[in-house]
Amino acid sequence: MQLQRTPLYPMHLKYHGKLIDFGGWELPVEYESTGIITEHHHVRRQAGLFDVSHMGEVDVRGEQAEAFVQNLVVNDITSLAEGQICYSPMCYPDGGCVDDLLVYKYARDHFFIVVNAANTDKDFAWMQEQAIPGVSLQNLSSSYAELALQGPDAETVLQRLCDADLGAIRYYWFHYQVQIAGIECIVSRTGYTGEDGFELFTDPEWACSLWEAILDAGRGRVLPIGLGARDSLRFEARLPLYGHEIDRKITPLEARLDRFVKLDKPSFIGREALAGQYQSGPQRLLVEFEMVDRGIPRAHYEIQKDGQAIGWVTSGGYAPTLNKNIGLGLVGHEFAASGEQFDVIIRHKPVRAKVGESIFYKRQKNS
Amino acid sequence: MEIKDGLYYSEDHEWVRVEGDKAYIGLTDFAQEHLGDIVFVEAPDLDGQFEAGAVIGAIESVKAVSDMHTPVSGKVLAANEILDDSPDLLNKDPYGQHIAVLEMADRADLDKLMSSADYAAFCDKEAE
Repeated sequence: MQLQRTPLYPMHLKYHGKLIDFGGWELPVEYESTGIITEHHHVRRQAGLFDVSHMGEVDVRGEQAEAFVQNLVVNDITSLAEGQICYSPMCYPDGGCVDDLLVYKYARDHFFIVVNAANTDKDFAWMQEQAIPGVSLQNLSSSYAELALQGPDAETVLQRLCDADLGAIRYYWFHYQVQIAGIECIVSRTGYTGEDGFELFTDPEWACSLWEAILDAGRGRVLPIGLGARDSLRFEARLPLYGHEIDRKITPLEARLDRFVKLDKPSFIGREALAGQYQSGPQRLLVEFEMVDRGIPRAHYEIQKDGQAIGWVTSGGYAPTLNKNIGLGLVGHEFAASGEQFDVIIRHKPVRAKVGESIFYKRQKNS
Repeated sequence: MEIKDGLYYSEDHEWVRVEGDKAYIGLTDFAQEHLGDIVFVEAPDLDGQFEAGAVIGAIESVKAVSDMHTPVSGKVLAANEILDDSPDLLNKDPYGQHIAVLEMADRADLDKLMSSADYAAFCDKEAE
């Protein structure tokens, strides 16, 4: 199958990205001169630039847009102000997840939804099935390039390219028609790294110019970052990834995303199932754990207690900032308490791990 | 990419340095470059007996787990314990850090391995 390329493909060649097949997209896993761990540290300490153009974007318009989105997702989007963003899982009637997404509110009759790359077609088809009169949906995924600038230096660097005050864009808010290096962008203060930073949506035609302008303005401070570090950064910050922490068969309550599930909304897709699960308590729960013995837990490894399977690792690995081997696991609820010990099966051998709280990375906020 | 003279090379991108009847086994520069940042080495069990080509341990980078094979048959005499705490040395100095030392069972195993020149040609082909 022919791999899809993003508008920034020429930049990945120019900066010597090691290109891989990422869910049908030809994208850099890392860059030759740096590598995942160096890139990871660089984002935590200074700033990194990511090509996330493979992400999908769906435009929702019409007088019923707000009612439509409110029914579609589990979070309460009626509490959003214009220019505000929220994170939400989007569920099936049985409570399993179609995807998780960011909802940008322009106005009551206009929302912009960002979805996971690999789920774009599935999500758009699902949204169309739920469509009601007074709503029009458009898949704009190929009309936007998306760049993410993440890290403590992100604002300083980006501000050099922009007259508008970026400090005025608060966490999970966005501005549109912002000129960055003379290129019109949607600028949101969001990201997937656990650091401060921005995501920029722009016309594919200008994507390479924007990329070069940011690297130029951030010379010595900004490096291009591949998908390897994107995953290690999101994982270390305990951010969920579709297909791992949430899935068709995993509900947001099992994944401990309770605070995004607004059961007090009168109705939304999945409400009944989720309300029932909330009342009885989920049978499985996502836990944080760290390895007690030597070994790296990896996604899909089995978790056992006294030789019996009790769940699996949803994401795991070496966390560069913490310098520890840690994981997230979906296990029977009776094994989810802090201090609980179980075994991760690594190459047919049980390796001891311990459940904890606040094991994962949390940025020290200075504002 | 560096290929050192005087070593034997396998198609799995391991090198062998022979000292008497001992074989020091490590990963080539090509292999470490391909794997990326190495974060864990699972050493073989001491005194384990292995046939040439067998899996004796594992090398884990941030993204992937790879089997470690032995290019020669024999008994494991020692593992390089420095790698327990500093697996990244395999990236920094692939020919300076062995992973295990085996007592060779059959020197004829070496005949099946590549010279540095043959290995260089082999890597060129793999990179295509």
